[in-house]
Amino acid sequence: MIAIIDYDTGNLRSVCNALDRIGAQYCLTDDPSLIAQADRVLLPGVGEASSAMQKLQERGLCDVIRNLKVPVLGICIGMQLMCRHSEEGNVDCLGIFDADVRKFEADPAAGVKVPHMGWNSLVDLKTGLFDGLADGDFVYFVHSFAADVCEDTVAVSENGRRFSAAMRKGNFYGAQFHPEKSGEVGEKILRNFMNL
Amino acid sequence: MVAKRIIPCLDVKDGRTVKGVNFVGLRDVGDAVELGEMYARQGADELVYLDISATVEGRGTFVNLVRRISERINIPFTVGGGISSLDDAARLLDAGADKISINSAAVRQPLLIDQIAGKYGSQFVVLAIDAKSVGDRWLITTHGGRQLTEKELFAWAVEGQERGAGEILLTSMDHDGTKAGYPCELFARLSEKLSIPIIASGGAGSAEDIAAVLSDGRADAALAASIFHFGEMTVGQLKSQLRDMNINVRL
Repeated sequence: MIAIIDYDTGNLRSVCNALDRIGAQYCLTDDPSLIAQADRVLLPGVGEASSAMQKLQERGLCDVIRNLKVPVLGICIGMQLMCRHSEEGNVDCLGIFDADVRKFEADPAAGVKVPHMGWNSLVDLKTGLFDGLADGDFVYFVHSFAADVCEDTVAVSENGRRFSAAMRKGNFYGAQFHPEKSGEVGEKILRNFMNL
Repeated sequence: MVAKRIIPCLDVKDGRTVKGVNFVGLRDVGDAVELGEMYARQGADELVYLDISATVEGRGTFVNLVRRISERINIPFTVGGGISSLDDAARLLDAGADKISINSAAVRQPLLIDQIAGKYGSQFVVLAIDAKSVGDRWLITTHGGRQLTEKELFAWAVEGQERGAGEILLTSMDHDGTKAGYPCELFARLSEKLSIPIIASGGAGSAEDIAAVLSDGRADAALAASIFHFGEMTVGQLKSQLRDMNINVRL
């Protein structure tokens, strides 16, 4: 059973629908004991980093997440919260990944828009999360802040600067893009996560 | 570099798509979910569903349809048409829409942009603008182009961005339906003033027109209806042609 951490940061329907499409079992919960017992954990999220971080703290979930031993996947803000620090609301995050999250700078003359919205290609793919994918495959992004490339980076993309499109440290994985909205490629990534 | 997006637009009335020819292999061309799935398979980057129902019942049907779309479609989709309050937006979000587009209601009540973006984020709000050239100015129209306002296009687009819109969907009412191409110079001027993505709509008659607005017009995405619905080309064929014209698309 996958526990999807439901900490009141926006709509989780897309994630649930995508798991339904690949036939995965899940529950939505913010109960620390259920999360600690799950055999996979998803940390989704849209919205603003400092308020999302506050919601994790209010529910006493920070250490619960840090102590998980099963595969964990943070999506979008979920991955950003697993980094050291976010410029959005100037907030210290869970500190799992060794990177800071910084805002993109728009450069309309060079075609660099903020938010970074749409399909972008992944390069330098590593880990089983990307089994069956090739460098250059496209996934769907919507975000204005991004984690720097670091030792934990397992996929890179670019919007004015190179950034971590995915990260991994031990059992912790993060995707800045939305696998639940990335067509067949995204479904493959979610299936891979189920098989880690 | 983020790819240029191709976005088929489907008009929905009382829960059914209203335009479109009978595509081979599609059981029911009026079924908005099936048609959307077909476009997604062909390589559409996103979909837009526009509710043109005029009745309360039709609007209720649309919300149910949005729920079914979100269950079945694995790419992002925007819904629009008749959204005039935070409650309308909330219902569509709960049903699974990734974004909503607002048009006339935002002109009437600009605070609506702040409210929806403040609550659900900028990524959820597409500001649709229907503009018309009047003398040497571009002015905003509402109600599908029937009412001309005094609002100036560039000022309104910038205001929309400042209020929290995440994208601008611009249609030139002078070009819409003509199949004579987009006003690329207008789109290029707008892109200089905005940091958020711009979706070009209205006027595409060929792959060359779309390539022009994505390159010379510097638009980030192109929305099209008739070239797909009437079977002139598939989304995949369009994207292959765009790639041959050196446009960065996802294939």
